[in-house]
Amino acid sequence: MTVTHDKLSMAQALNQALRDAMAEDPAVVMFGEDVGPLGGVFRITDGLTAEFGENRCFDTPLAESGIVGMAVGMAMNGMRPVVEMQFDAFAYPAFEQIVSHVAKMHNRTRGRVRLPMVIRVPYAGGIGGVEHHCDSSEAYYAHTPGLQVVAPATPADAYALLRAAIEAPDPVVFLEPKKLYWSKEEIEFPVRAPGIGTAVIRRAGTDATLIAYGPSVPVALEAAEVAAQEGRELQVVDLRSIVPFDDETVCAAVRATGRAVVVTESAGFAGVAAEIAARVTERCFSSLAAPVRRVTGFDIPYPPPKLEHFQLPGVDRVLDAVDDLQWEQ
Amino acid sequence: MTPDSRRLLPSDAPVTMIDPQGEARGDVPDDATLLHSLGLLTTARRLNDQAYALVRQGRLAVYPSSHGQEACQVAAAQVLDAGDWLFPTYRDTIAASVKGVDPVEALSLLKGDWHCGYDPYEHHVAPHTTPLATQLPHAVGVAHAARLRGEPTVVMAMCGDGGTSEGDFHEALNFAAVFQAPVVFFIQNNEYAISVPLARQTHAPSLAHKGIGYGIPGERVDGNDMAALLTVLGDAVARARAGEGPQLVEAHTYRMQAHTNADDATRYRDDAEVRPWVERDPITRLRAYLTGRGVLTPAVETEFTAEAERAATHLRDGLNQDITPDPDDLFAYVFATPTPQLREQAALVADELSREVAPS
Repeated sequence: MTVTHDKLSMAQALNQALRDAMAEDPAVVMFGEDVGPLGGVFRITDGLTAEFGENRCFDTPLAESGIVGMAVGMAMNGMRPVVEMQFDAFAYPAFEQIVSHVAKMHNRTRGRVRLPMVIRVPYAGGIGGVEHHCDSSEAYYAHTPGLQVVAPATPADAYALLRAAIEAPDPVVFLEPKKLYWSKEEIEFPVRAPGIGTAVIRRAGTDATLIAYGPSVPVALEAAEVAAQEGRELQVVDLRSIVPFDDETVCAAVRATGRAVVVTESAGFAGVAAEIAARVTERCFSSLAAPVRRVTGFDIPYPPPKLEHFQLPGVDRVLDAVDDLQWEQ
Repeated sequence: MTPDSRRLLPSDAPVTMIDPQGEARGDVPDDATLLHSLGLLTTARRLNDQAYALVRQGRLAVYPSSHGQEACQVAAAQVLDAGDWLFPTYRDTIAASVKGVDPVEALSLLKGDWHCGYDPYEHHVAPHTTPLATQLPHAVGVAHAARLRGEPTVVMAMCGDGGTSEGDFHEALNFAAVFQAPVVFFIQNNEYAISVPLARQTHAPSLAHKGIGYGIPGERVDGNDMAALLTVLGDAVARARAGEGPQLVEAHTYRMQAHTNADDATRYRDDAEVRPWVERDPITRLRAYLTGRGVLTPAVETEFTAEAERAATHLRDGLNQDITPDPDDLFAYVFATPTPQLREQAALVADELSREVAPS
């Protein structure tokens, strides 16, 4: 197999993943709002209609429940639909379809009806977007049994995880961190990456473990870099998928360091960070030198652009939390 | 109004072919077809009443009966080919059974053994859907996928009058029209959404009039007239199959019984309102017509009754069987492959069961 290298942004990597999946499998169809000739408001579907025709990548009426509901039917009938919700908060009209049907069809029918479909959601903040364009909605999906929930943090992972999501027999909510769309990376094709449900260690470290996913991974890595200059070695775990959750990798990492901070952009209360902190505490209590700390967004509606930097967990807040991990004992 | 848009509007009154006295007008379907329908109707009524009785005996949690609406139920399935899909609501158990689903399996949901008790692919019947109108976008998706592959599939998407108020009804009709998906949207207007009458669902002249807003031809039909239903629904299926896009059919019928056995209809409607509908019963009407035609002999009637009894016995026997659902199933189907967390939780339940003291 020919190995090639390409420096791609996350947006380009996602586009490449869609193109490769559609070329490989005629059952893969892509649809949503403005995903046709325009190529999507973030250009993730750029050129797909031109290359594969309007039966394979097409615009729909502006109605998210209809988009997801139609994808359910197409998945029931032999297709592998990939749909785009234009922005995180614009996916809410589809919530009933996602919770009552996408998530439950396989279980309801004892596995007779599978829904191999992907709901792509450009999500989270950090791009100066106005309200309803920056929601971190992962907890809603992660709390719904039957959905796989994935959030890549690097272009290579965006490619690998989207390909895996399209090939998966189960429905996948694919959260694309908007602020990372333009981050670039040299990618080796074919991409070798673990599948959905496997976390990876992005940085080795022995003093404490930072646990993050999607938009918070670069923050955690930057914090680890700064901490290293100050003489503290922080390990960084990139979850990659929230569901299924990789307890094994996360717990092994935390046991090795004995200290953990979970970093997420979403509101903290009843969020994914709370779940991770609880899981780690239940499983690794005897290895912990300090309570697991959470660094999350505040429990407020996403702020207007001029105030959003207060909401986003930054390096300083992460390092402050690390400082609080009872080092004096 | 242009002639082109006028063709999207329904008839001034619901299409009727056989009146309540059994008198026919128009191009009525042939005797053999209608005789077959009468057999199905006889079984349908018997199954409805048997299921209702089984609730009283504690075998089913509730049963949303289609008693009085059986002509709609039978016609919806009778006009379809084996490869066509049916998307039923919770009140459409009979339609599903006419399409081939074992009614025992169809009632698994209400018996409490599992949610969907049948294989949707076996007879192309989607799982019964309880959240109103949410199955309609799925129907559009199934139809669109078939159309993209060049298959001749038509999808019969059922909903009630209450369901037409839901957003998914609107989105499904709009999507189907835009993509010209071969879907027949079939509304059984039985006048009530639990307790709320039609006047609180719509101010439109009829539900069939809603079609024109989407560019979908709408038609209305007497929902207790088997001949008219077969004709109007049959034409709609033929047009959808011929590539003329989605169709909307509203059947005017009446929910003769309460919403379910758990409902008390006397709190919101008078018996006086129900009485005239008894005279419009779909079975009496078809029986009168076929008797007049001389094709419904006592021997045939006996055969229909015997078949209905066989179906009722099968239903009774099936629902009287005590099945102990396997708790492992709770975790087995959430995903194609259970996650490590679900395996842990399944093990927890297995452990609880292993520690249960066996009854002495």
